[in-house]
Amino acid sequence: MAVVCVRGPLRKLAGGRAEHELEGQTVVELLRALEVCHPDTNGWILDERGVIRRHINVFVNGERGGEATEVRSGDRIEVLPAITGG
Amino acid sequence: MTELLVGTKKGLFLLEGEPGAAFEIKARAFAGEPVDFATRDSRTGRLLATVTSPFYGPKIFYTDGDPDAEWEQADGIALPEGGDQALERIWVIAPGEADGTLYAGGDPGALFESHDGGSSWELNAGLWEQPSRPQWQPGGGGLCLHSICTWPGDPDKLAIAVSAAGMWLTEDGGRTWRRGNQGLNPGYLPEEALKDENAGRCVHHVERALEQPERLFMQFHGGVYRSDDAGQSWNDVGGGGLPSDFGFPLMVDPADPDSAYVIPLVADMDRVTPDGRVRVYETRDAGSSWSPRGDGLPAEHAYLTVLRLAFSRAGRSDQLELYFGATSGDLFGSGDAGATWSTVATRLPPVFSVVAR
Repeated sequence: MAVVCVRGPLRKLAGGRAEHELEGQTVVELLRALEVCHPDTNGWILDERGVIRRHINVFVNGERGGEATEVRSGDRIEVLPAITGG
Repeated sequence: MTELLVGTKKGLFLLEGEPGAAFEIKARAFAGEPVDFATRDSRTGRLLATVTSPFYGPKIFYTDGDPDAEWEQADGIALPEGGDQALERIWVIAPGEADGTLYAGGDPGALFESHDGGSSWELNAGLWEQPSRPQWQPGGGGLCLHSICTWPGDPDKLAIAVSAAGMWLTEDGGRTWRRGNQGLNPGYLPEEALKDENAGRCVHHVERALEQPERLFMQFHGGVYRSDDAGQSWNDVGGGGLPSDFGFPLMVDPADPDSAYVIPLVADMDRVTPDGRVRVYETRDAGSSWSPRGDGLPAEHAYLTVLRLAFSRAGRSDQLELYFGATSGDLFGSGDAGATWSTVATRLPPVFSVVAR
């Protein structure tokens, strides 16, 4: 199991919890697993193509990751909106 | 009392007031978020808003209660999963003719339908699966479906516009669609491209004349056009008195199919009000002639940009109320069909859309 950490509106959509232990071999599998557990997050992190939205960053154990980044049991995946805007 | 729903770069503002005076801000929702469009379904009282978070993508939210309180996210606002495209933005929501029906238009050229008052939506497959879709070209705002014109009393007839995939018409409730671009002259295209009679038809906004529904007015990328055959063919009616052939917003008096209003901008390369003056142009003869209506609007040093959905109306005929907002955050209104104008609000965030009721 890896731990997916979400903040802000994502935390609220994910049942009010920041940390979620989930099964998956890659980042996108974990994010899909989060959607299955908490359907309200559907479409908020991944778009229809299964791509992480442009202004959301995912870090695996502190290193920038992407959809296909492999994860292992015990890894920590942080889902962070970028500091952007105007 | 008139209600204005103002979508801005930094949230939705709900204002109330009387024509001819400043309005009061009664509520603000989605603080900090871009609200592209908001409307209230007069049949149910439900408020609906389209929000495009730069982080979390486009969504539609609705509420049946206090706009300052929690809104519900609508289901189904997405393209088919596993495809090669993602929904970029929802531009507009329009009530349909059938009970509970609403339409939403988005980028990339997507039409959504709801039959439960906006709680859930589904993609219109007929338009999405148009064989010509791979050839559709986006305009500067993307491949935006921005105009949805229902036909009073007939839920099967719709006219929609996509920039720059032109006009699309259906008479079977959206199962099949055909183009309606005949007569549109895209003078901005290179000569070679003109051989394709449908390429790059950059429609900016379309409104139907409700008392004569086969008539529509269009602000095109170059020119103002009128159709008298339900959108099949178009004639340029922008020659008589307009300061330019470019602009975005357009309104029609629901009581008079000969009366329409546009807010011209200088040109595609200079999208501000001409001569530093803010003026709405009115026709009372179906486009044969246009007259400026600027009494009460900024008359000098005013270089405003008014977006396509930032112009709205309430009432009709001599009591026609007109409202528009600019990216400057200024909001103006008229309670006498454009004869006189007043400032409704200032210093709002950049205005994306205005809906009056």
